[in-house]
Amino acid sequence: MARNLTFSIFRYNPQDPTSTPHTDTFILDETNHMTLFIALNRIREEQDPGLQFDFCCRAGICGACAMVVNGRPGLACHTKTKDLPENITLMPLPFFTLVGDLSVDTGTWFRNMAQRVRSWVHTDKEFNPRALEERMDNALAEEIYELERCIECGCCVAACGTAIMRPDFLGAAGLNRLARFALDPRDKRTEQDHFEIVGNDQGIFGCMGLLACEDVCPKHLPLQDQLGMLRWKMGWAGIMNLLPWKRK
Amino acid sequence: MQTFQTDLLCIGAGLAGERVAIEAAAAGFDVTCLSLVPARRSHSSAAQGGMQAALGNCAMGEGDSPDVHFEDTVKGSDWGCDQEVARLFCDNAPIAMRQLAAWGVPWNRVVPGKSTYFKGGKLFEKEELQEKEGLITARAFGGTAKWRTCYTSDGTGHTVLYTMDNRAVQLGVAVHDKVEALSLIHDGKNCLGAVVRCLKTGELHTYLARVTLIATGGFGRIYRESTNAVINDGGGLIIALDTGLVPLGNMEAVQFHPTGIVPTDILVTEGCRGDGGTLLDKNGHRFMPDYEPDKAELASRDVVSRWMTHHMRQGLGVSSPYGDHLWLDIRHLGCQHLATKLREVDEICKNFLGIDPAVDLIPVRPTQHYSMGGVRTDKDGLAYGLKGLFAAGEAACWDMHGFNRLGGNSLAETVVAGMIIGAKVVTYLQNHHVSFPTSLVRDATAAQQDRIRLLVSGKSGRENVFAVRNAMYDALMHGAGIFRNGKDLEACVQTLQEVHARSEKIGLRSNGRGANPELALALRLPGMVRLALCVAQGALQRTESRGSHAREDHPERNDRDWLVRTLATWQPGESLPSLTFEPASTVWSIPPGERGYGGGKIISAEPEEKSGI
Ligand SMILES: Cc1cc2nc3c(=O)[nH]c(=O)nc-3n(C[C@H](O)[C@H](O)[C@H](O)COP(=O)(O)OP(=O)(O)OC[C@H]3O[C@@H](n4cnc5c(N)ncnc54)[C@H](O)[C@@H]3O)c2cc1C
Ligand code: SF4
Ligand code: SF4
Ligand code: FES
Repeated sequence: MARNLTFSIFRYNPQDPTSTPHTDTFILDETNHMTLFIALNRIREEQDPGLQFDFCCRAGICGACAMVVNGRPGLACHTKTKDLPENITLMPLPFFTLVGDLSVDTGTWFRNMAQRVRSWVHTDKEFNPRALEERMDNALAEEIYELERCIECGCCVAACGTAIMRPDFLGAAGLNRLARFALDPRDKRTEQDHFEIVGNDQGIFGCMGLLACEDVCPKHLPLQDQLGMLRWKMGWAGIMNLLPWKRK
Repeated sequence: MQTFQTDLLCIGAGLAGERVAIEAAAAGFDVTCLSLVPARRSHSSAAQGGMQAALGNCAMGEGDSPDVHFEDTVKGSDWGCDQEVARLFCDNAPIAMRQLAAWGVPWNRVVPGKSTYFKGGKLFEKEELQEKEGLITARAFGGTAKWRTCYTSDGTGHTVLYTMDNRAVQLGVAVHDKVEALSLIHDGKNCLGAVVRCLKTGELHTYLARVTLIATGGFGRIYRESTNAVINDGGGLIIALDTGLVPLGNMEAVQFHPTGIVPTDILVTEGCRGDGGTLLDKNGHRFMPDYEPDKAELASRDVVSRWMTHHMRQGLGVSSPYGDHLWLDIRHLGCQHLATKLREVDEICKNFLGIDPAVDLIPVRPTQHYSMGGVRTDKDGLAYGLKGLFAAGEAACWDMHGFNRLGGNSLAETVVAGMIIGAKVVTYLQNHHVSFPTSLVRDATAAQQDRIRLLVSGKSGRENVFAVRNAMYDALMHGAGIFRNGKDLEACVQTLQEVHARSEKIGLRSNGRGANPELALALRLPGMVRLALCVAQGALQRTESRGSHAREDHPERNDRDWLVRTLATWQPGESLPSLTFEPASTVWSIPPGERGYGGGKIISAEPEEKSGI
């Protein structure tokens, strides 16, 4: 049941003054176990060597290959053609700066996010190379790992209504990152410190809770729970802020 | 064109590059890291298994120590490693793991009480001690006497790289991503930085630095089938080799993994076979017991890979549009086992092959996996041949792996070497100053500009970049794959020389504007072919079998003549690398002996020669 697949791919090279945004069509015979990684590389090799797209691990681990496949953001490398109809439309992720064709610049946005969330363990303890490591409950380590699994693919941000309207919105990925550190006892930041980062419209109060993010997250992160929890905690922290005797 | 100036330029922002960067930034130096992809997408993030350090916290690691780890590492290397370096690594690995814990890695921890585990398809029981509760735990990996591999579930590389990059952000390390280093700038004595192409705009930039570090990871992608990320083209090795001064060490030492899936070559873990999975041929016959009656599928990586290749050569492989393969059968382990103990494998099969391993066979074949060779450095990480140039991680031949690295030792190497070499970089920066002659910098940039102009105009020729790359793949797989012999290697070297000549005559079919991917490949390919020639020429010269280097015509390990490391340099304009050799080690804490697995005859060194040839 070999099919011929028709790919409609968004094309635009901002560095080329002769290029304008348009769609190109490519036809490819489908092979067994074909993924979009295999298909796009074949198109580049056999039909258009200038076609821009990003793959790195091609194993669903690194987050490089997010794009919009038939209207839905997802990882191209773990999209099998047999799960798609004969006509496949590929667009670059919206929201991020376009590099060309299907390639976007996610690195700049995510690094900026890490700086804004101050994405590291805040502690004044010095590391002592002679001492045993501090103990941690394994169940807690696994809970932290659960939130650490984000691969910064950008799907959640690309699908988010708030992010499209507010380019400075931290997005589900950013809010989840803060939640990860809030869970970690090694990080000594208080709820008040968290409030300063996300207790605003660029943060948790900008989120409309429609959960497109959780829906598209290829790593199935529990974004809904994390956003709900943050909203609740930050709501309280906000109220505390209004009480003068509670203010620090 | 822009010029950036910094104290330390790290080419590569994976674990090794960022670990060195952090050490220098913490000492107050200005650091810039370059990466083809955002730092967190570096290939280090793909390592799932874990990293070795003799912490000895878990029950099955009881009695472990850096000494035991050292012995495993030396044996694993088939006595090809530098024993001083291996010792340095083993002694420091526990400190590095604890430091990562302090920085935020959510290591899995010891849970006291009884639990079960699988070995060779059988179920055993162990009991974790109360007093060790909450300390970093470890899992088993091949070739180790103890359970020593620290891990975070199925995402060790990911969590460690994310923690490392967090630390880099905290210390203000600049990372310029989507850029590619095309050449090193040097004056024949000192390395002064690099010429770099931006992969967002296609522009060339120069980076000037007092110290340059090469930490670009493995070069697996010179092979058609590799478990490596598709960006692992060996860029850092190419620019070092192209200086004509810096040698690459042991390029012929290439590790293959028995079970990459077909197509896409994604690795499925050894755990499949450890837990009782079997290998079948096109007739559904389980063939490993025919070759290895005792260990069958559980023989070492090299051995299983070789027999699989042998079996396919007998015409017993399954043919597919992606080439021949064999089957991995884990159906009999049952849904329950697959969903809990082999979850990643279950997911890989479902997500990338669209098959269910509980009812379907998994298509697999041996696949290139790890590069032991790399930029040769001394124990401080300083590259041979140029001052101010360091290397670390998989891109380096620091040389703790010799001819075969143990699973779990390479991820650990990146952070341990990064810690040690980072400190040496700091000392170097404190004591050395250089000047940057403008004409030199201008010439280095102009040379790359010219290459681009020729490729776009097609004035050097009209060779198709993909056709040339395919020719390189074919030649390597035929001559310098898992099995090697003099005749095929000679043909391979010959063919690769022709491919090299063709690679200098590439002309683009697209317009080459902006971040054009065809241009990127065309700029890289001649260097990739040179790396392939270093592999093939090294393999041809080395008339013995050691670790992953298996010569059918020289099956014995020859300590009398080959207890040496190959050093390959490339003189500009030549069509072959020049090879020289140096003693594998200057210290022999453990004299060459039996590995205790893999079998094979050994020609021993004459007693008086033992202390170094
Ligand atoms: C599938 C798989 C699983 C593995 N699992 C394990 C495991 O469980 N345990 C273990 O110990 N080891 C494992 N390994 C090996 C281990 O992951 C690697 O050896 C290690 O991560 C290499 O780290 P690195 O920092 O040296 O390089 P990398 O992490 O590969 O980083 C290289 C960096 O260099 C950059 N770069 C490359 N070329 C250029 C250029 N020309 N210009 C600018 N930047 C450039 C890249 O963008 C990247 O930032 C595994 C390997 C594979 C393939
Ligand atoms: S729930 Fe919040 S973060 Fe998620 S998509 Fe909606 S607005 Fe964006
Ligand atoms: S939260 Fe999920 S969708 Fe968002 S960046 Fe992380 S992995 Fe991608
Ligand atoms: S290429 Fe890494 S997630 Fe798709």
